[in-house]
Amino acid sequence: MSLLQKLAAIAAALVVAGVLIGFYIVDILMAGPKALRPGTPGPNGSVNLTIQTVAAAGSTLTANPSWVSYFVRDPSNQWRHSTIWTLPAHTLVHVTVYQFDGDSGLRNPFLAKVRGTVGNSMTVNGKAMNVLNPDDASHTFAIPQLGLIVPLKGVADNAPNQCDFGPCALSTAHQTITFSFYTPKKGRYRWQCFVPCAAGFLAGFGGPMQTLGYMDGFLNVV
Amino acid sequence: MRRLGHFERVIVIWLVVSAIAMTLVAIFLTPILPPGNGGAEASSQRFDNEVLTLVSTLVCALIFVYFGYVLIVFRQRRATDGDGPPIRGHARAQLVWVVTTTVTVLFLAAFGTYELLGGAGGGQGAKPVFKSFSSDQLVSAKDPPLQVQVIAQQWQFTYRYVSNGGFESAQFVLPANRQVELHVTSLDVIHSFWIPSLGVKADANPGFDNIAYLTPTKVGNVRIQCAELCGLFHGYMFDTGRIVSPSAFAAFVKSQSQFVSPVTKYLPSFSGKYLPDPAFRAG
Repeated sequence: MSLLQKLAAIAAALVVAGVLIGFYIVDILMAGPKALRPGTPGPNGSVNLTIQTVAAAGSTLTANPSWVSYFVRDPSNQWRHSTIWTLPAHTLVHVTVYQFDGDSGLRNPFLAKVRGTVGNSMTVNGKAMNVLNPDDASHTFAIPQLGLIVPLKGVADNAPNQCDFGPCALSTAHQTITFSFYTPKKGRYRWQCFVPCAAGFLAGFGGPMQTLGYMDGFLNVV
Repeated sequence: MRRLGHFERVIVIWLVVSAIAMTLVAIFLTPILPPGNGGAEASSQRFDNEVLTLVSTLVCALIFVYFGYVLIVFRQRRATDGDGPPIRGHARAQLVWVVTTTVTVLFLAAFGTYELLGGAGGGQGAKPVFKSFSSDQLVSAKDPPLQVQVIAQQWQFTYRYVSNGGFESAQFVLPANRQVELHVTSLDVIHSFWIPSLGVKADANPGFDNIAYLTPTKVGNVRIQCAELCGLFHGYMFDTGRIVSPSAFAAFVKSQSQFVSPVTKYLPSFSGKYLPDPAFRAG
């Protein structure tokens, strides 16, 4: 093989490697949930956001059916599996959470205090509360950049008619939590669950806690 | 008048270049050296950085002057295939080199030791091995450090104000001009609590009480961030702390302790470390 042929072979190999690396990077960037606009119009320019948390995501909408997960309801009333939500800036958002999972307990009890919502409170099945017993928490909805945290009460272990896989029907056992908050200026704000709720993973914080689309996500405020 | 030899010329040029370079460095570079003057530790660290920068300037100037001089003065002026003159060693040059480098290294060792023994900049308090104040000492000490616990968790720092009743808050607020004793720990994985502008960084390890000291001196906001890769949202594990006047700090303590009082009853007693239960999901 001549020197020219060797150089050509090396160049071709570099090009192929570059293309493969490019595909790999694009695949990484394109992976994960797609952003949704789940809000529906509420009174006086506000937005309604409806989400649910389930113990097992199920195979209907997810690739990891046994993972704990959030779902969000889109304007056509369908449950969707995405945790990247686009919301308008400087807008009052009324959030309804249907919570179908059992309690796990907070690792840090301090996070059981409701903060950052309108009135620093929430309702649990219609009852206003500003703190939850940390042992009763199943999950949290928290946006640390906004100082917002809402602990989500778990379903009792002996509750009848519990949901096995998400998305869960409202006819199964659940807690209904509501709260409101104002979206900030335009930007990207992460949200997360603080309860170590990833069953079967080290310290309860692997798998769905480290994967966008399950217990973590972003608010794209536009 | 005796003509200067090569050695003397290099020294003279070096002194002139050094004087100019150090003046420029002192005027333009040292004021922007990290970590700034936000606290006593930060100021000490910056002083160390200033000294090291000026020493480095002297060394760099010597190297550049020497090489420049050699390249210009001893360059081969005509093309030739012949060998250069044999190098047989130069006792004076060797002596100067050994003495200069030895003095430089010993100076830096002495300077570093002095700075460490003085407790400057390391965040370790007044002495390199600085013991935490016991509760008895806290009562008897005239001006005890303010004890604040930093609790790291994926992915947020929370703060427990030990000297102010032990309430916990998501806000990092400290009074200016008072020594603070930080107790840094973690509830899950390894984090690192870092305030760049105050020159303080302490590992937050689960099961360990890592103590660091700082004395903020300027009122204003400080950026806090995690300096240890700790999972999906490590890049979002940042916060803004506030350094306020003593009266503003007292007001913060009063309002915040009231705000979080509903949850304070659920907090465990203050401990340097926590082994939370459940460590794993109950399910």
